[in-house]
This record gives sequence, structure tokens and C-alpha cells, in this order.
Amino acid sequence: MLAQQLVNGLMLGGAYALVAIGYTLIFGVLNLLHLAHGEVFMVGAYVGLTLALAGFPPWATLGGAMLAAAVLGVLVERVAFRPVRERGSHVTPLMTTIAVGLILQHTVVKIFGAEPVAFPAPFASAALALGPVTISTLQLLILATSVALMGALELFLRSTPLGMTIRATAENPTVAGLLGINVSLAIVATFAIASALAGAAGVLLAWNFTGLSPFFGVKVGLKGLAIMLLGGLGNVTGAMVGGLVVGVVEVLSVAYLASSYRDAFAFAVMIVILLVRPTGLLGARLQTG
Amino acid sequence: MLSDHAVSILIFAGIDVIMALSFYLPASAGQLSAGQGGFMALGAYTAAYLTVNHQTPFPLALAAGGLVGGLVGLAVGFPALRLRGLYLVLVTFGFGEMVRVLFLNLPAFGGPAGFAGIPPATTLWHVLGLLALLAYFFTRLAGSRMGRAFAALRDDEAAAEAMGVNSTYVKLAAFSAGGVIAGLGGALYAHYTLFIDPEAFGVGRSLFVMLYAVFGGLASFWGAVLGATILSILPELLRWVKDWREILYGLLVLVMMLVRPQGLLDAALLARLSPRGERAAAHG
Repeated sequence: MLAQQLVNGLMLGGAYALVAIGYTLIFGVLNLLHLAHGEVFMVGAYVGLTLALAGFPPWATLGGAMLAAAVLGVLVERVAFRPVRERGSHVTPLMTTIAVGLILQHTVVKIFGAEPVAFPAPFASAALALGPVTISTLQLLILATSVALMGALELFLRSTPLGMTIRATAENPTVAGLLGINVSLAIVATFAIASALAGAAGVLLAWNFTGLSPFFGVKVGLKGLAIMLLGGLGNVTGAMVGGLVVGVVEVLSVAYLASSYRDAFAFAVMIVILLVRPTGLLGARLQTG
Repeated sequence: MLSDHAVSILIFAGIDVIMALSFYLPASAGQLSAGQGGFMALGAYTAAYLTVNHQTPFPLALAAGGLVGGLVGLAVGFPALRLRGLYLVLVTFGFGEMVRVLFLNLPAFGGPAGFAGIPPATTLWHVLGLLALLAYFFTRLAGSRMGRAFAALRDDEAAAEAMGVNSTYVKLAAFSAGGVIAGLGGALYAHYTLFIDPEAFGVGRSLFVMLYAVFGGLASFWGAVLGATILSILPELLRWVKDWREILYGLLVLVMMLVRPQGLLDAALLARLSPRGERAAAHG
């Protein structure tokens, strides 16, 4: 029973972590909160739905959602962040991204309707019994995809020139610029990557919940924010660990406590962490990632 | 005479202005709160609980709503001492969510089904009366010792402390006063809608309250008044676009924030509008 819940939690947590990584990457590089990130996630899921309904295979559904979300993310940066980066206070981007979120949400309502819709399963899932744990092949796919994406990101940030550019910009944009790093490119790349991961998470969670609604992004977006804080702002590894922790705890609290408390837990932990360890569980900013 | 519909628009706009002012007060001391919906919920549920279960007279229930908002504001103010800028935004965000989940899980307050049967009590005059009181308060605050301490803390915390501003005391005062105003707003809201549920005070509410004040401009409390008035009446003016309304609303807010990132009423515009006020500030 417990082992089973752990597996379920890890699967959920992996997808949450993908969303949280997006927040944390953007926060690490720009020191800004992207309040429409949950909506980018939701739009990614709807693009995936459209592709799935058109009969594309699961890998194309996932890839298409990631691509569309990446384009959308870069667009959001252009429209809502770049114009106010140098002007206004640091709350201005909060406001512009709220507005963008509102526009995205209601555009989706306009196209797909406000009601929740069913998301087709990618394939007929079979149950695999591994000792005490039963895991469906779909769960396995979701878990493997999120782990693979996180691994790819880690590798990308660590050992490619563009990844290095992003890390340098996160460290200090001014100095990075002075040393000849193309800061604008780093910012655009950050938004593209963060949003692509959110798009992937959108499809993975839609597979998991077998449905989605235009307001799906708000809830998951909030969870992503809490996870970012848990792991430490701007800390990619922290967001991965934080996502898995929140996923597991959520599943356990539904199994053993009242399910209505599950959303409270992430925030309670987040507040305690911020009071006791304002830099998050894993400490400093964007060191390893 | 105003039609019922017009009165209800004005009451909701007035409550939005009150909420925007509750955000503006701590913001004028540099403390950005994304949890004003939480304080509003506390005020609304406290006052409604008292009038429904204890037949408390409305003015008393209103005061209790404000008091609870203020006390919790004091408690939330403590983390504010350690956190700045976006960190504080995120913690207050979390606070708002916690309050929402708390009321979802309290059967005495109706849980997710909401709290119904609240007696009608709020009139337009109550809302306007509270607004007049707040306008007087903010006008007096601007030139006072406390008001200047707020401004000093917002501009440069270290410099303010060096000049003898007790930042702990000032921040807590700002936060709890903001909580009082939001609690009052919540109590008025509950006795007008007559039904409240936790979702009415969630993150969406908190973010919109913040949006009202920032949209209007944080240079003076008139910014919050202006921003909240415009943005809460705007949906009525956009009725003709039917289901494009929210999209157009978002576009208008986005364009406005891009054109005037510092808000509608910034310091320069304020100075142009009131040469007298500027002189008075220079003397005071």
C-alpha cells in the first residue's frame, strides 16, 4: 500500500517538478515571477489535446505541445517582460503577466469552452505487477518522460555553451553582459526551455488525470510556485526534489488524511521553509543546475 | 434615483477600492502583499458568523471583522520583517491560500458549500462612509510622522533605519492596518452578497486587488482609488463585446501597463495635478 502510494506520488511529482523548474529558471535568470506560466502549461496541454484528437501518436502529441508552449513562452517574454524590464517597479511584470494569463485563459475558453474535456489515453495501458506495486505502462511512461526531461535539462545547463550562457546570466546579468555574453539570447532561451517543460508537463498531467479544463493552469501553477520556494528560488535541482516531495506528500495525504487538506500542505511547508530557511531546502541559487 | 443595478455596481466598486487601499497601505511602506484576499476572507467570515449565529448588531460585527483582519495582519507582519520584495509577495500568496483552505475545511463556516443566510445590512452609504473615513485617514497619514516613515522605508530601508525609523514597528503597523481595512472590506462584502464561499477570496481576488492598486499607481492612495474604480467598472462598460469581454479586459490592462508601467497616477502627474499639495508637502 505505502509503496504503491509512493510510486503514484513520484509520478505526479515528476510532472509538478517540470512546471516548478520553469518558474525557477525564469526567476533565476530574470529575478521575476512569471504569473502566466500556469497558463502556458494549460495551453500546451490543449495543443496536445488537439494533436491527440487529430490522431497523432503520443510522441508527436508531447513534442507538439512542447514546441507550441516554447513559442508561446518566447512570445510572452517579448510582450510582457521585455518592455517593462528596465522601466517600472518589480511588480509591473507581475501585472503584465496576470493580464497575459487572463487573455490566454479566456482565449482557450473561447475556442474549447469552459467545461472540462476528456483527454484521450495515448495507448491501451497494461498493468505491470512489480512485487507489491502495480504500475501501469502509462504511469511508467509519464515517470520516465519527466525524469528524462529533467536529466536532459541538467545535462544541457551543465555542459552546453548555451546552458553555460544561461547559468552565467542567472549569476549576474550585468557582469555576464560585460563579459560578452548575449544576455538577450540567454533570456529567450530560458523562456523557451521553461515553457517547453511546462507544455510537456501539461500533456503528462492531462494523461494522468485523463482530462483538462481552461482553469487547470491556475491550480498547477500555484503548486509550481510553492515547489519553487520549497527548493529555493532559482535552484533547478531544488525544484526537481521539491516537486517529487510535494507529489508524494500530496498522494499520501489524500490516502491517509482528508483530501481537502492536500493543497494546504504545500503552502504550509513553503511558509515554514521561508521563515526558517529563506533560501529553500537546497540553499544557494542556481549552483548545480 | 439610481437603479438597483447601478447601486450594486457602485457597492462592488467601492469594496474594490477599499481592498485596493488595504494593499496600498503596506505597499506604501514597501511591503507588497499578495494575500489581501485572505484578510478579506477573515473579515467576511468573522462578521458573517457573528451576525448569523449571535445576532450581533452589524456595526459591531463590522468592527470585529476589521479587528480579526488587523490581528492576523500583525501575525503575518512578522515574516515581513525578514523577507523583502518578491519573497514577501510569495509568502503572503501562501498565506492567502492557507486561509482559503482553512475555511474550506471548517464545517462551522460551511466548508466548500459556502456560508449562506447572512442578513442584508451593507448599503451604499456604509461603503461611501467607510471610503470617506479612509480618504480622511490617508490624507492625514501622508504628512504625518508615520506616513513619512512609510515612505522612507519604501525608498531605502537601511537609510530609514539610520535616520531612526523603527522599521519593525513601522512594518507591523503597516501590515496590520492593511489587514484591518481588508477585514472591513470583507465584512461589508459578506453583508451585501449574503453568501460567501472560500473561492471568492482566493488567489484571483488577491491578485486583482494588487492589480487595481498597481494599475492606478503606487505614488499616492488616489492611485488605488482610481485604479480600482476604473478596473471594476470596466467590465460593465465592456458588456457590448459579449464573450470577448475578459480577453479585451486583459488586453486593455496589458497595454496600459506597458504604456505606463508606473501606473496611471505617477509622481510626475500628481505634482502637475496639485501644485498646492506639492507645496504643502515641501513645507511639512
